[in-house]
Amino acid sequence: MPGPIQSIERAAAVLRLLARGSGHHGLTEIADSLGLARGTAHGILRTLQRVEFVEQDQTTGRYRLGAALLHLGTSYLDANELRSRSINWADTLAARSGQEVRIGMHHDGAVLVVHHVFRPDDSVQTLGIGAMLPLHATALGKVLLAYDPDLSAAARRRELTSLTRRTITRAQALERVLTEVRAQGWAGEAEEYMPGEASIAAPIRIPGGLVVGAIGISGPVDRLCDSAGRPRATLVRQVSQAAEAVTTSLVDEN
Amino acid sequence: MAIDQGTTSTRCIVFDQNARLVAVAQREHRQYHPRPGWVEQDAVEIWRNVDRIMPQALRQAGITADQVVALGITNQRETFVLWDRHTGVPIGRAIVWEDIRTEELVAQLGKQPGIEEVRERCGLPLATYFSAPSLRWMLDNVAGLRAKAERGDVLFGTMDTWLIWNLTGGVNGGLHVTDVTNASRTMLMNLGSRQWDPMLLDFFGVPAAMLPEIRPSTEIRGTTTRVVPGISITAALGDQHAALFGQTCFEKGSIKGTYGTGGFLLMNTGTELVRSKHGLLTTIGYQIGGEPAYALEGSIAVAGSLVQWFRDNLGLIHSAPEIETLARTVKDNGGCYIVPAFSGLFAPHWLAQARGLVVGLTSYINKGHLARAVLEATGWQTREVVDAMNADLGAPTPVLKVDGGMTADHLLMQFIADVLDIPVMRPLVAETVSLGAAYAAGLAAGYWPDLEGLRRNWHLAARWNPVMDARHREDEYANWKRAIELTFAWARSTPST
Repeated sequence: MPGPIQSIERAAAVLRLLARGSGHHGLTEIADSLGLARGTAHGILRTLQRVEFVEQDQTTGRYRLGAALLHLGTSYLDANELRSRSINWADTLAARSGQEVRIGMHHDGAVLVVHHVFRPDDSVQTLGIGAMLPLHATALGKVLLAYDPDLSAAARRRELTSLTRRTITRAQALERVLTEVRAQGWAGEAEEYMPGEASIAAPIRIPGGLVVGAIGISGPVDRLCDSAGRPRATLVRQVSQAAEAVTTSLVDEN
Repeated sequence: MAIDQGTTSTRCIVFDQNARLVAVAQREHRQYHPRPGWVEQDAVEIWRNVDRIMPQALRQAGITADQVVALGITNQRETFVLWDRHTGVPIGRAIVWEDIRTEELVAQLGKQPGIEEVRERCGLPLATYFSAPSLRWMLDNVAGLRAKAERGDVLFGTMDTWLIWNLTGGVNGGLHVTDVTNASRTMLMNLGSRQWDPMLLDFFGVPAAMLPEIRPSTEIRGTTTRVVPGISITAALGDQHAALFGQTCFEKGSIKGTYGTGGFLLMNTGTELVRSKHGLLTTIGYQIGGEPAYALEGSIAVAGSLVQWFRDNLGLIHSAPEIETLARTVKDNGGCYIVPAFSGLFAPHWLAQARGLVVGLTSYINKGHLARAVLEATGWQTREVVDAMNADLGAPTPVLKVDGGMTADHLLMQFIADVLDIPVMRPLVAETVSLGAAYAAGLAAGYWPDLEGLRRNWHLAARWNPVMDARHREDEYANWKRAIELTFAWARSTPST
């Protein structure tokens, strides 16, 4: 078994220090109190600031506990924030793939569509923001299930509704698929949600790797999949690149 | 390729023939606030930024200068800089459109004989943010400037002119030109002749020798000799005009709305110069070759900036997009309305003394209702401007094409569709300003055959259809109008100092 990680212990000490007394300390005070070199303390504080566990007062330069610590258990990323940050990348994905794009987050045992870009062919389409999609039958949902142990455990306990004759309805089969999703880093689905339709999705992460949502395309199965029924590699690459671009934009702006 | 010289940053974007974005390079520049109400920028810093982002965009796209078909320039409007023709060095900093140092001067000029004639000729009401009052201020306040300007030793330019002059050689034969759309924002151009108007120059006391030559938007015709030599510059347009073009609003009656810090609505009125009877500005949409497309403009001073105020000054949200989350915690505005007349009301009211207000407060109102009222304020202001446009043109517009950062706000876009009772459409390419400049440049260079070719590149990314009950809409609009009335009353009751 590996030993304790020193920097995590030190970060915990910084948080404990800020949690007591005045709650406001300068860099030197923190470094001196914990017996750390100033550079080391600064690195820890910057990292904690990045994950929003610590805030720095802009006028005094002093550090205090971040607001994010108070609602650790609730959703990390606001759905409207995610849409706002990802809108350009979703547009780019729609333009490159020629398919419609959705961004989904988990809500109440389903995929909540937080953003939708039309298929760029000027056909009549309906804006699907706010719609709920099934977790087990869509690529977006499979991504959310694959990276959330509680969610996938809950899905195993519930009955998996059959929507088409291809929908995965057995818990064991779903578990195998989710393992595959984690291994390959993306999810696909062909005619499991709607006959004739397929979808491909990849995870959107925040710093540290936590998956907060999924971005994906959907369209006719013959456009998205090859003759063997597997998602086309170029489309998978485009979806993965879009997911990475959104992930990067979430890191940059934090 | 497009260079978008904006208020806070300068961007260089490369597009392919399908109007898909290939590369983006961007650099921000500093804002200077030397005194309350003064807003300045360093034109040399902006020029240096162009020097960096152009090669950067080429590298990112993996292309060389000879693969760039043409360069179009678009820019923040009204902002201008003066510089020495012989050294290329600016006289002071650029004065930005937000600068209100000329408030007193504008009040004085407003009492001069001929003010009605001024509006008739340039299509604009006298206001601090157009270039002419600030230019007059410079001429009055910088020692020796007027004499140099009269000799033509000092040049005037909006940011398009400054960049083109520098890109085409600067002191070594740089072109001193501007396009009709930028010139139409100075208050010095005659809308009919599309040339500098002697009466307007006389009214503002501006020497003609310092002004650039005015050309159609697609007849700029210069070649870069600096930064990345050998690229032909073929077009220039003011940013809102470029957005109109990028949205392919080519038909008479088509409207685009750009929602950022402020809101900018432009309606193409075709070859007809429509003088607004309902508080809008008359401007040139664009000029491709001989015939100009005129436009009516209605600007909303405070749109996204109201959300920023809600975030920064009230601290009720952590980030701007969270306003929608908060607004969705309630089902309606609870009877609360916010009129964000922070620095007066713009179109269609034009009341500089107006100040903002929050009305309809009861103990029932919570922050969710306030968040709704914040978003709805942008919706109602849009309605007022679109109503004025429809009245001036005599026909209702069928759709509103939108762009800008606030189009990510789903609740706001739905609300705008609801209060206008027409569909709101967002295109797939969000960068409509840059795209418009690239379109104009590519059209001039023959890269795209015609306007129809450009229109085929426009793809719908989202469409919001109106669903609001008509009775409810009219009741709410009546409430909004009452709130506006109260703003007027407050302005009237302010003791004069």
